[in-house]
Amino acid sequence: MSEIILQIDGKEVTASEGMTVLQAAQQAGISIPTLCHHEKLDPYGGCRFCTVEAEVRGWTNYVAACLYPVAKDLIVRTRSEKVDKIRKVILELLLAHAPDAFDLQDLAKEYGANKDRFAKDSSFCIHCGLCVRYCAEVKKKNAICFVDKGKTREISFIPEVAAKECWNCKECFPLCPTEALQAAYVLAKAFAFPLESASAE
Amino acid sequence: MTRIKSAAELEELRQGILSKIDPDKPSISICAGLSCLGLGNGKLISAFKEELGKQSLEAKVDVITTGCHGFCEKGPIVVINPEEICYLEVKPEDVPEIISQTVIAKKVIDRLIHTDPNTGEKAAHMSDIPFYKNQMRVLMGNNSKINPKSIEDYLAIGGYSALAKALLKMSPVQVLEEVKIANLRGRGGGGFPAGRKWETTRNAPNEVKYVIVNAHEGEPGAFMDRALFQANPHSVLEGLIIGAYAIGSHQGFIYTRHDTPELRKNVDLALAQAEEYGLLGENILGSGFDFKVEVHYDVGIFVSGESSALMRSIEGKAPEPKPKYIRTSVNGIWDRPSNLNNVETWANVPQIIGKGSEWYNSIGTDKSKGTKLISLSGHVCNSTVVEVPMGTSLREIVYDFGGGIPNGKKLKAIHFGGPMGGTIPESLIDNPLDFDVLSKLGASMGAGDMLMMDEDTCLVEVARYFLDFLSGESCGKCVPCREGIRQMLNILTNMTKGKGREGDIELLEELSEVIGAAALCSLGRSVQNPLLSMLKYFRAEFEAHIKEKRCPAHSCKELIALEGV
Amino acid sequence: MNNDAIDNILNKYQGQAGSLIRVMMEIQEENHWLPREVMVKISEKLEVPFSRVLRIATYYKTFSLTPKGRHEIQICTGTACHIRGAQNVLGAVQDLTGIKPGETDADQKFSLEIVNCQGNCTCGPMLKIDEQTHSRISPAEIADALKKYD
Repeated sequence: MSEIILQIDGKEVTASEGMTVLQAAQQAGISIPTLCHHEKLDPYGGCRFCTVEAEVRGWTNYVAACLYPVAKDLIVRTRSEKVDKIRKVILELLLAHAPDAFDLQDLAKEYGANKDRFAKDSSFCIHCGLCVRYCAEVKKKNAICFVDKGKTREISFIPEVAAKECWNCKECFPLCPTEALQAAYVLAKAFAFPLESASAE
Repeated sequence: MTRIKSAAELEELRQGILSKIDPDKPSISICAGLSCLGLGNGKLISAFKEELGKQSLEAKVDVITTGCHGFCEKGPIVVINPEEICYLEVKPEDVPEIISQTVIAKKVIDRLIHTDPNTGEKAAHMSDIPFYKNQMRVLMGNNSKINPKSIEDYLAIGGYSALAKALLKMSPVQVLEEVKIANLRGRGGGGFPAGRKWETTRNAPNEVKYVIVNAHEGEPGAFMDRALFQANPHSVLEGLIIGAYAIGSHQGFIYTRHDTPELRKNVDLALAQAEEYGLLGENILGSGFDFKVEVHYDVGIFVSGESSALMRSIEGKAPEPKPKYIRTSVNGIWDRPSNLNNVETWANVPQIIGKGSEWYNSIGTDKSKGTKLISLSGHVCNSTVVEVPMGTSLREIVYDFGGGIPNGKKLKAIHFGGPMGGTIPESLIDNPLDFDVLSKLGASMGAGDMLMMDEDTCLVEVARYFLDFLSGESCGKCVPCREGIRQMLNILTNMTKGKGREGDIELLEELSEVIGAAALCSLGRSVQNPLLSMLKYFRAEFEAHIKEKRCPAHSCKELIALEGV
Repeated sequence: MNNDAIDNILNKYQGQAGSLIRVMMEIQEENHWLPREVMVKISEKLEVPFSRVLRIATYYKTFSLTPKGRHEIQICTGTACHIRGAQNVLGAVQDLTGIKPGETDADQKFSLEIVNCQGNCTCGPMLKIDEQTHSRISPAEIADALKKYD
């Protein structure tokens, strides 16, 4: 693997070919905040919270650090007025769903986000996808998935699979930043799991 | 049918077809384009066949169903040849008279021919009708003359001679250079120089390369691609094969909508016939060049028209777009170099190779060459497809071809490019149809769909409508797009209901900035375009909704109710 | 429901996970909707997790997870039809049939859908019932159009 030299926040960083900006930054001890990233899972690029400025040949783009590949002479800025504005607005949009989530509240303080800026929405899932991806990639059970799209997109347990797998597992529960997952499980169990007698037949 | 193995054999076949055509034999050409189908031409076609049967004239008179003639507003359209008498808004009840008076007695039926709405002047022949006469119908002009289900009709008008020239007299690099010099720019919305795009794919390091026809046309209000492709599928196919040769690709894909059965039939038939005649498959025209084409269908979602999403769909996956910095010309379908172009772009290629880049450069403006298909819709008298040279003034397009605004209303604004495009006010109508001029005005040409909006249209409501559309089409994966659209839609809906608040416009602008920078794909990054262009030119209208709770267009119901209070 | 036709489609693509969407489209075209037990069969025959079938089925408007009526009403809500009054046409149809887009009435007579631009903007606002297009329709004409169907 060849070495690639790039710049992050004015600091020269050495990375290997194939690394993402996030990986290179972590290796160099530079912190970039994330919400949907997890070291055991493939990078997702859904929350866009890790957006950074990436300058190539004088052109600046806003990219997700968790996905953007390192390149020679790349200049990365992990904080700037616009980057901070992006993160602040992302938080405000998510706080409209989950104003009580601890992770979001801590970040809100740092970026000056106002949890009441946007009209509240009743679903407190922030679509980080950690539960869905963990079940698919690590446990390989696919007991939970996303259904629908756009603003009606939501997580959904597959009752037939969840009834068999989830009670003894629940490894995805601690990953959920807002406890929407636990609520979804409880509701699915109450309304949709096949009856005990039916599954025993 | 033995496969054609040389240019000479092709010409021999062509002459053979031409010699069998009786120039005096009457034929009835009925438009079966999407609009005429919608206006009930099915009954017309059966009425003609039945009447000819009754009078035992089937052998003496040909009936051909063609693709879109272009003058959709006046459909169903029937052209009686060889005199080229053009009848508009034809009904099944008119059929017996048409046959006895025009086909047999060679007389013109006055009430069915075109009458100029301003001068009252009549025009019986298609080529005399100002709507057709004043266009430059390089791509669409043959539609009324050929049966899209017959490759021989296409050969009769000179089809595939450009392909023969490219494969047998030019090298791939020469073909590519010709397209570069012609400065053919993408007709699907990007306006990117096709020649440069081809070159990137040609030079990309991989033996296997792909070429793709984007026939998805998901943009609401755009119907020119379907009109062209359904009417003359071979013109697009010929362009695709020439492009594949220039790029070094041996596998092509056509990606089209699943919900247009006539188009699907015509495309499938065109491919089968081209294969049969040796214009597709192995050793095309004896040149040694192999090329085959597969057809794929969309699943009914707007985003699958975006090139990287389309390519994912061809791979059999859900059409989720990739970030823009991954160039599909280098990493496309299955990570191989893939060149995607729009239907109209491909159809221009045989024209350029056949007539030369110098001819092509003589049409249009400095940086926007050739003709452009424009679909006119909305509050316009003639909702149709027109083909005009680049540089034509928008005024001419709207008033001369479009016939102006119906019901005595005034034009308020023109919108280009659908939900990801932009709006300009009527005051800018004396600008030319040009990629760069329109882009600078904040209303990129897009695919060439122009939506006219009259004085009774509320732009706040239209902005809301576009966001509503996009909220249904957003994949929902990334926060800026999913949540940003949700909130922008809330704010605009509230504005139309008299619940707009001070600071709403600034909030919309801030959301636009964030979504534009941080969204995952090009759909997300363009959602704010219509709104920003409307704020640029019509800010006062948005402010009136907020500050005065007033809808200047008298369209928003809740605000009209408040006016009386 | 024609189980044989559905089984034929499934057997044609057995084990081909990459053809999932194509299979679902063919079954939707054949059956007009995707019952849950058919989706389970798809998952088993094509060897893909059920969650993926469910995700695709809910992602695209093209797929219906509920049975359709005898007659499908489609209203175009493309931009041109919208500014020509498609919302009024939709309102009239909703009033006359009692159903909203995505729904089927209790007698399974009509199903209502709103569709994206059909590409025949000159016909707008338009209503399509089965294969019949009703062009440039006004809300007043809709009752008559619907009466013809049983």
